[in-house]
Amino acid sequence: MPGHLETQTAFRAALNSRDLPPGITAVGDLDRRFSVYRNTVAHTLSDALAQRFPAVQRIVGKAFFRQTARIFVADNPPRSPVLQDYGTEFPAFLADFPPAASLPYLADVALIEMARGQAYHAADAEPLSPAAVMSRIGAAPDTAQVTLHPSVRMVSSPHAAVSIWRMNQPGAAATPPPPGPETALIFRRDDASVVLPIPPDIARTVTQMQSGTPLGALGHVADADTVGTAFSTLLQNRLIVGLCHI
Amino acid sequence: MTSKTTTLALAIFGACAAVTSASAQDMEKCFGVALAGENGCAAGPGTTCAGTSTIDYQGNAWSLVPAGTCEDMAVPAAADGTERMGSLEELDRDIPA
Repeated sequence: MPGHLETQTAFRAALNSRDLPPGITAVGDLDRRFSVYRNTVAHTLSDALAQRFPAVQRIVGKAFFRQTARIFVADNPPRSPVLQDYGTEFPAFLADFPPAASLPYLADVALIEMARGQAYHAADAEPLSPAAVMSRIGAAPDTAQVTLHPSVRMVSSPHAAVSIWRMNQPGAAATPPPPGPETALIFRRDDASVVLPIPPDIARTVTQMQSGTPLGALGHVADADTVGTAFSTLLQNRLIVGLCHI
Repeated sequence: MTSKTTTLALAIFGACAAVTSASAQDMEKCFGVALAGENGCAAGPGTTCAGTSTIDYQGNAWSLVPAGTCEDMAVPAAADGTERMGSLEELDRDIPA
């Protein structure tokens, strides 16, 4: 008789295949009975994706989303018991999904939704006040290195993905989107995930700051005004949580 | 302090001062849309056997096209005349129905 681990592994494998796990019995049609488990897993994960990516679902419609989710779910069983981590690969999957090729922005909208979920569940951190930031910078801004809030994410799209995401929120109307690329700064603020459209140069600056570039070395991506604007944006949204000198 | 540093310092201190004077007032939540089910997506159909519908392990001829708000957001065919409709490839794989 197989051990518990073997039984469990075989059961799990059978959830995503047409073969039954060895050693199971049931009253009635075994295959049909086991399909209840298969369906429950497939439905639950599909529904989780639909809740995780509501704008994507609204854009493509429920029927298309459901079938897409089924294919994704079959190929991407959960790798973690933490459901909030499920679907991380969905944006990349959409980018390479031929039936959605007519919607080049779709994967980026999914990235925004993914980032919102990650921001929502990111660790807490106490922001520095503008006065504290100022005093810590002191007389040496060049060597100052900021630490941003753990919820901060950035999504850059060659399409108008941010506008498209916004016009697919509840109550919003979908209209032809503006042309051109868009970038969003995504973070948690007061228990809400915020999507703030920002200009590309501000986004580049924030990305550099996030990766630990000291302010003095930002010169190659931004001028002083841009650094100042990026700083304002971060301070206004309480996203600077640390500042040290290197 | 070089003049470049001075400019940078001015810009940053200016930003700090501006935000301080605005008392870092609460930003409206206009960009924050509630995350439906972020905490509760595990609930789903659970053990209610919502999925008692049969799994159909027939290869599925993919025949769906996106049909949500993408229709409202459609832009005219590209300048080069390329049709923007998606490919309707038949995916030769098993899909639980």
